[in-house]
Amino acid sequence: MTTTEPLLDVRDLSVTFARKSGPTVHAVDGVSFTVRPGETVGLVGESGSGKSVTSLAVMGLLPRRGVRVGGQVLFDTDDLLTLPRDRMRDIRGRDIAMVFQDPMSSLNPVVPIGVQVTEVLERHQRLRGDKASAAAAELLSRVGIPDPTRRLKEYPHQLSGGMRQRALIAMALACQPRLLIADEPTTALDVTIQAQIIELLKELVQDTGAALVMITHDLGIVAGLCDTVHVMYSGRIVESAGRRELFAEPRHPYTGGLLASVPRLDAPRGAPLHPIPGSPTDVLRWERGCAFAPRCPNRLDACTDGPPPLETLPGRRLRCLNPLSETEEVPA
Amino acid sequence: MTEQTSASSAEDVLLSVRGVEVHFPIRSGVLVERQVGAVKAVDGVDLDIPRGATVGLVGESGCGKSTLGRAILRLVEPTAGTVTFDGTDLGSLAGEELRRMRRQLQMVFQDPMASLDPRQNVQSVLSEPLRAHGVGGDHTARVRELLDLVGLPASAANRYPHEFSGGQRQRIGIARAIALEPQLIVADEPVSALDVSIQAQVVNLLEELQDRLGLTYLVIAHDLAVVRHIADVVAVMYLGGLVEQAPSDDLYATPLHPYTKALMSAVPIPDPAVEDTRQRILLQGDLPSPADPPPGCRFHTRCPFRQPTRCDDERPALRTVEGHPQAHRVACHWAEDIEAGRIQPAASAVIEPDPAPDPDPAATT
Repeated sequence: MTTTEPLLDVRDLSVTFARKSGPTVHAVDGVSFTVRPGETVGLVGESGSGKSVTSLAVMGLLPRRGVRVGGQVLFDTDDLLTLPRDRMRDIRGRDIAMVFQDPMSSLNPVVPIGVQVTEVLERHQRLRGDKASAAAAELLSRVGIPDPTRRLKEYPHQLSGGMRQRALIAMALACQPRLLIADEPTTALDVTIQAQIIELLKELVQDTGAALVMITHDLGIVAGLCDTVHVMYSGRIVESAGRRELFAEPRHPYTGGLLASVPRLDAPRGAPLHPIPGSPTDVLRWERGCAFAPRCPNRLDACTDGPPPLETLPGRRLRCLNPLSETEEVPA
Repeated sequence: MTEQTSASSAEDVLLSVRGVEVHFPIRSGVLVERQVGAVKAVDGVDLDIPRGATVGLVGESGCGKSTLGRAILRLVEPTAGTVTFDGTDLGSLAGEELRRMRRQLQMVFQDPMASLDPRQNVQSVLSEPLRAHGVGGDHTARVRELLDLVGLPASAANRYPHEFSGGQRQRIGIARAIALEPQLIVADEPVSALDVSIQAQVVNLLEELQDRLGLTYLVIAHDLAVVRHIADVVAVMYLGGLVEQAPSDDLYATPLHPYTKALMSAVPIPDPAVEDTRQRILLQGDLPSPADPPPGCRFHTRCPFRQPTRCDDERPALRTVEGHPQAHRVACHWAEDIEAGRIQPAASAVIEPDPAPDPDPAATT
């Protein structure tokens, strides 16, 4: 495995949704990032930031009607966006797999878990009958589901939320994908179960050497898991950096604002929170200026003159005309 | 709000919960329904809420924290136990008396979209409690005042819930709760449906209102960081019962119950330096069913510190532990031994930090 060659190379990805009334929505707007083999990349943002649409575009899971996808998504050397459907179907599930947020709505409620897991094996690895069930049982025990042969016969509603998410991860891992995309995989789960699932993902990534794209709104998860972090706001990446650099020294006011507004378990009590004013729906369209400008404490007049470019700094990409200075203390 | 609590807790208790149980019957049978069991959602809880303080109730889904909150307001009827509010036993009230008492006890719900009628405008939403309780006078002025208190413009009165963002909707929900000038507000997951950047706004608003209006809060949440920020006293609930209760600072500095320890170590902290170096306790398995709770200590099936026989046989009661303030109480037989390190957690449950976290992942692959 070469270290420099990216496994996934997303170049200038854009997704627009046409609406019957009103202007088209630019859900994702010129997003570029790479994922190297074995790397864990975090896409962080609030609702409406475009993080999930990015992952759906990579997987080719967006509806065709009313959606325009632009740019390139290079996996190895194939552009996934132009690949014929049947080739894409081979790659999806085998080379790239996905874990969704809500395990109950991603599993078929009227089909036993076992059938759903073996389906993947049958489709991609041509396993049949006993061989497939045995492999499925092994997968379930691999993700920490006790008594897997019994569980295979059960239906999704008979499993707890954590177990369902494990089953989903087992399905995603069935063909040893080289890239796993996890879209808020723990948001629907309790915190002790979340810790189990994160630990499981970490372990699996380490053991299989798969790359992981972690999509989340939780900065805490990113801090412990991801190598590289991309912070998204209103469809564009506003800051990218290694997790250490990003958390030690956020430069974009949005990143800094997020860190200052989350209560931390280890912060001294009574330390005030510094919320970001406004809400993620108060955005400016990027063509007219920085989308974050209406909420930004560092706003300049120039911020609303036009879209700020994504500049490449040493070890960091930053889309801001008036970033937090490198030494500036973020109010904690 | 911060200083007075632990000192005044003995003298001035606004709400006192004693031995409250909420058991939901499980029925079976076609023609003749028989009760075949009960889901013990809340199973014997004692809790005091001092006047003017914020008590946080934390626990995972299914632990009974919301049911307890509802039982306090008598939105569900407790099957046993008493709830005393300002000297009055709420259980003894009925009809008009209870309705009048409800002016003092209000609730803020988790999902503001679901708890606001989409076809009522804000004026109507906020004046409804006034109408219901026969408050006369100029409702328009009062609504404007309420909107101002929660930081919304007066023009919001003529708009409908869908025209607001999540954070603003939660502000409307809070305005409705304070409309009748209650003494106690039960806030059930007030921020968990909101975006991260909005949560702090609502938390700050709740604190500000407490200072201005002298409110007492019971904040029910699963997010320990939020509760730590807002609460003076924190109670940790597991499978229908309290396992630990302490002033916030004590609880977070020295959690005594294994469950509290595990819960805290499971909360991710947005700081790589901390994440890379801390030891975690990982719980095995899921919450057991409250219809068939394990005997003895409810937590023994998942406890990494479990000791033979006693944990399985005897249900521990909340008690104080030497070397800790009176107000810090824990329901664990082995709290002292665990604190002193004489009992170590099962090795399989402990996750040590990576000895040398690799700064550059690409170099290893």
